[in-house]
Amino acid sequence: MDLTFSLNGTALTLDAPSDQRVVDLFRETLGLTGTKEGCGSGECGACTIMVDGQTRLACLMVAAQLQGRSVITIEGLDLTAQGREQRHPVQEAFVQAGAIQCGFCTPGMVLTVTDLINRSPHADETEIRRAISGNLCRCTGYQKIVEAAQLAARWKQEEP
Amino acid sequence: MADVFMPRTLDELLDLKEKKQSLALFAGGTDLMVALRHHRIQPKALACLDHMDAMREITDTGNHIAMGAGTTHAGLLASPLVQEHIPVLARALETLGSPHIRNMGTLGGNIVTASPAGDCLPPLTVLNARVELASRDGFQTLPISDFITGPGTTCLKPGQILWRVLVPKTPAYCIHHFEKVGLRRSLSIAVVSMAAVLNLAPDGCIQAVRMAWGSVGKTVVTCPEAEDILSGNPLDPAVLEKAAQAVMQWVNPISDVRATAGYRRKVAGNLVLRLTRYAAPPEGGVRP
Repeated sequence: MDLTFSLNGTALTLDAPSDQRVVDLFRETLGLTGTKEGCGSGECGACTIMVDGQTRLACLMVAAQLQGRSVITIEGLDLTAQGREQRHPVQEAFVQAGAIQCGFCTPGMVLTVTDLINRSPHADETEIRRAISGNLCRCTGYQKIVEAAQLAARWKQEEP
Repeated sequence: MADVFMPRTLDELLDLKEKKQSLALFAGGTDLMVALRHHRIQPKALACLDHMDAMREITDTGNHIAMGAGTTHAGLLASPLVQEHIPVLARALETLGSPHIRNMGTLGGNIVTASPAGDCLPPLTVLNARVELASRDGFQTLPISDFITGPGTTCLKPGQILWRVLVPKTPAYCIHHFEKVGLRRSLSIAVVSMAAVLNLAPDGCIQAVRMAWGSVGKTVVTCPEAEDILSGNPLDPAVLEKAAQAVMQWVNPISDVRATAGYRRKVAGNLVLRLTRYAAPPEGGVRP
């Protein structure tokens, strides 16, 4: 099918099988490997993306569902790749808090935390843990990820 | 390879059902895509419900809260109607999957998947929910307990789809309780779950009670004997213990990868004891 959607702020048109999994469309067709496949069944959150402002799981979506939608992948938050001086604040918070070990869960975590902080900049630890409850991490034990989220929240609150 | 259709009206959807052999309905995709991946089903066509706006309506009809089968769990949680009138469903939805799964998964999908562990099912059972089915012959409603006939099986006929879920607003209950035991706090299929709705008289006696358990039988289990034990009695440990014993005798769990039958049986009874939190605290004492 002819697929047209907004990807990380830019309109994109391509031909893709309507039933192609979105995670495969991003990784294989578009070469955007930031979105990871950890389980393929919605149970790990490594494939978290944003569609029309809501977090979704790319391994459980098909290409046809993207038609006319506005999609953000982790690449969309990669400000330095886009030529900017500084990292996206949530990415910077993860770096400063030491919240990245193997990095596999990180794209999904960063997107989820970014969505949380945007909706709820005063989120407390309970709310943070609930928000990331769909993103598994096998390395960190989550503590530093929570601290990264708290740091990012503090910065968001301090924004003019 | 399957063709993906995106119908916008009931008419278009029923047309697809009629014309396409081997059509699977794609609501949230959270069960369907897993089944596809494991080749448990091999449909030639998918009808994606993303544009079926009418299936995402939540309305107060006066007598009922009517929820479209395509409402997402997140949509239900955000609904003031659900939070006010059927909080037991909201309590269950909070435990379902994960935030991302709740953004995608639907009420109708959870019902039609008809897992014995389905999180929506015990709450809908205690609320005497009815399912509304649509076909070319019109609409038909039946109790959810009649609709689901076994693990993964419903009495949906060819050409029929689940359209809405209707929950009567009366009787209204003041206590809405749901608890799910799983191997983790999220992303966890219920090992045992229990929904309960109760009304207490001013003296603390149980005036009305409905309870239902998940994951302890082929489908949702209710235990009239336990409800009889509780009715008219105070919500105290001795009464709850008696009801819990009845439940443990009654349920018919299996052993599987998640738990043994014996464990499920014990937990089904223990979940009844947890209702003690709704009892008035003893005079001068602290609530246990």
